[in-house]
Amino acid sequence: MNLNKINIVAGREFKVRVKKKSFIIMTILTPIIFAALMIIPSVIMMNDMGEPQKNIMILDNSGIVASRLQSDESVTYDIIQNKNIDSLKQNFDQLGVDALVEITALDENNNFTITAYSTKQLSMEMKSNIKHAANDGLEKYKLAEYDIKDLKKILDDVKTNISVDNVILGEDGQETESHVEINMAISYILTFIIYMFVLMFGNMVMQSVIEEKSNRIVEILISSVKPFELMCGKIIGVAGVAIVQFLIWIILTGVLVFGFTATVGADMISNMTGNTEQVVQVQNSGAFDISSLAAAAGDSELGSILTTISNIDFSYILGCFFIYFILGYLLYASMFAAIGSAVENEADTQQLVMPITAPMIIGLFIMLHTFQHPDSALSFWASIFPYTSPMVMMARIPFEGGVPAWQLLLSIGLLLLFFIGTVYISGKIYRVGILKYGKKATWKDLWKWLKF
Amino acid sequence: MNTIECKNIVKEFGTFRALNNVSISVPQGKIFGLLGPNGAGKTTLIRIMNQISLPDQGSVFFNGNLLKGDDVYKIGYLPEERGLYKKMKVGDQALYLAKLKGLNTRQATRELKIWFKKFSIDAWWDKKVEELSKGMAQKIQFITTVLHKPKLLILDEPFAGFDPINVQLIRNEILRMKDEGTTIILSTHNMESVEELCDNIALINKSNLVVTGGVDEIRRKHGKNQVELIYKASEALNFSSSVISDEVFKDYRKAIFNLEKEETTKEAIQKILPEVDHILSVRELIPSMNDIFIELVSKEAK
Repeated sequence: MNLNKINIVAGREFKVRVKKKSFIIMTILTPIIFAALMIIPSVIMMNDMGEPQKNIMILDNSGIVASRLQSDESVTYDIIQNKNIDSLKQNFDQLGVDALVEITALDENNNFTITAYSTKQLSMEMKSNIKHAANDGLEKYKLAEYDIKDLKKILDDVKTNISVDNVILGEDGQETESHVEINMAISYILTFIIYMFVLMFGNMVMQSVIEEKSNRIVEILISSVKPFELMCGKIIGVAGVAIVQFLIWIILTGVLVFGFTATVGADMISNMTGNTEQVVQVQNSGAFDISSLAAAAGDSELGSILTTISNIDFSYILGCFFIYFILGYLLYASMFAAIGSAVENEADTQQLVMPITAPMIIGLFIMLHTFQHPDSALSFWASIFPYTSPMVMMARIPFEGGVPAWQLLLSIGLLLLFFIGTVYISGKIYRVGILKYGKKATWKDLWKWLKF
Repeated sequence: MNTIECKNIVKEFGTFRALNNVSISVPQGKIFGLLGPNGAGKTTLIRIMNQISLPDQGSVFFNGNLLKGDDVYKIGYLPEERGLYKKMKVGDQALYLAKLKGLNTRQATRELKIWFKKFSIDAWWDKKVEELSKGMAQKIQFITTVLHKPKLLILDEPFAGFDPINVQLIRNEILRMKDEGTTIILSTHNMESVEELCDNIALINKSNLVVTGGVDEIRRKHGKNQVELIYKASEALNFSSSVISDEVFKDYRKAIFNLEKEETTKEAIQKILPEVDHILSVRELIPSMNDIFIELVSKEAK
């Protein structure tokens, strides 16, 4: 193997792809979209508060709902009684309200119906407010009908509100609080990224092979480069593209999201927890980090979520992510290269690509199982088996307690071993494939080429 | 001294034998024609010489030594089915191919500028290949094949796709390189250029070597000792030897006859000379490479 030539091939592959408009657009746009996805929901949440006040007229014939509705910044309830609903309806325009709600009088079964009239659809929130008030009012009314002594005390006594706090006991006796949903979200995102990008960059290698074959420059190339060197150069070149793209993505998304959080996010937390003083301190100290924000957020739900996030070892997870992404990519890319060599245009790849993407799809299904049972036998074996391990292991890693080091090493070792084996086999198919024209190749052909 | 020598090459693809015990010797500084119908095994042999594939049996010697990895730097190969990256700039592309042939960027740029000027295509350096015509792309491919000054040049249908002016240009370059001592293997179906350029040939048909040797020697060997005579006489001549045809040809008559065994053309003419009024031309009929090709290949088919 001539490393210098692999270098030249990889260099060209990298330069050509990085200079493409589609690469530049995708590299810049993706983090913006990604950041937007993270930022927009919170912006919307904050903006909700600024929406114009709604005005709702309640015609309460039952007499038990209206008193339970409380006007606030977003809505005022205008309670009327003993009016004719039909005349109100007819003069709806003159009422100057956003909605008119009619509550019928109690019937013999102690039930009533509620109808809301409006020119525009009522918001979900408003509907559920009214519904809750009605249910609550009716429930209390019915309970009162039984005339039980000390009812209020009994009810207060019965009322329960229990949540489960999961504290992870570390080996060093350290206790960390954990929010499994957060770990799951991280695990889900990373696994999915591995799945998507191994396929995406694998396809890139395949396209590149097909391009060289179909425009026949490969005939010129292989008189100076060995097919194996050409294939390796290609795979390495595209890997370079992937790494550069990821680094830009991570940096850009990080800058955008943290920039936003540092300026606006702290305000949000102070709004939600009322602990303004501490948050402002954090902000003023200039050293922005999640754990100090978490401390500021205190004991609230948000605080414990932030604590969970600050407890996650991101450098460890990202390190594992890079190892599994690169090795997973290398494992699959060589197979994509072999398939690219067997066809002359992309339309013909369908039936050949299916069997090699199958393990990835299976891995994706196992990953869904792994979220529920990160330590089951299936999760374990699938995270060791090289064709599924990049995804399944990545699904296990972000969970607290992590993965024992020996499993990680075994999995990575096997992945490396299989990578070398797969490249060797793919190289043999590639060597024959790139010079074969005409007949559409089948798996049987590929098998035959292995023995040439 | 042979630049390249293939000895008893056997190559099989599965059950199909693409080359069956083929041996050829290509002398240094000569142009060697590699001929054969489509699918005969020429490309397989060329790929073995380029180390693109390895023979199952037999060996290849380059300048007297077994062919080895580094020899690719001394060989230039212009494949028949050749392409370029469509979206890449001409200059970048030529540099890339030159670097793969072991030149560094500085050498490659200098050499390329010289060649681009010589082929008057220096204005194309920054153009993409998809903007070029087929002939222009062919020129670039030719340049990248010879740029690293190979000792052995293997050209597969080098004239395909060129107009007559560019054919002349390429032909002159080939002859100039031959004069400089480059050994050239020329694989083509154009038999006229074989007669004109090649010193030696090898004809491969159905995986076997049919004939190899000097062009003149092979042509003479395949001659049927026929003479064509265009003459004027009061009446049709009475050839002593078997006459194949004797018919009116404008104001003359044209006769083709076989020479007797051991008889020379001079002796045959002397015999009929008294009866002839006027001789316009006499020539021995040496078969063209085209005739030999068709004869040998169709004989095999029977």
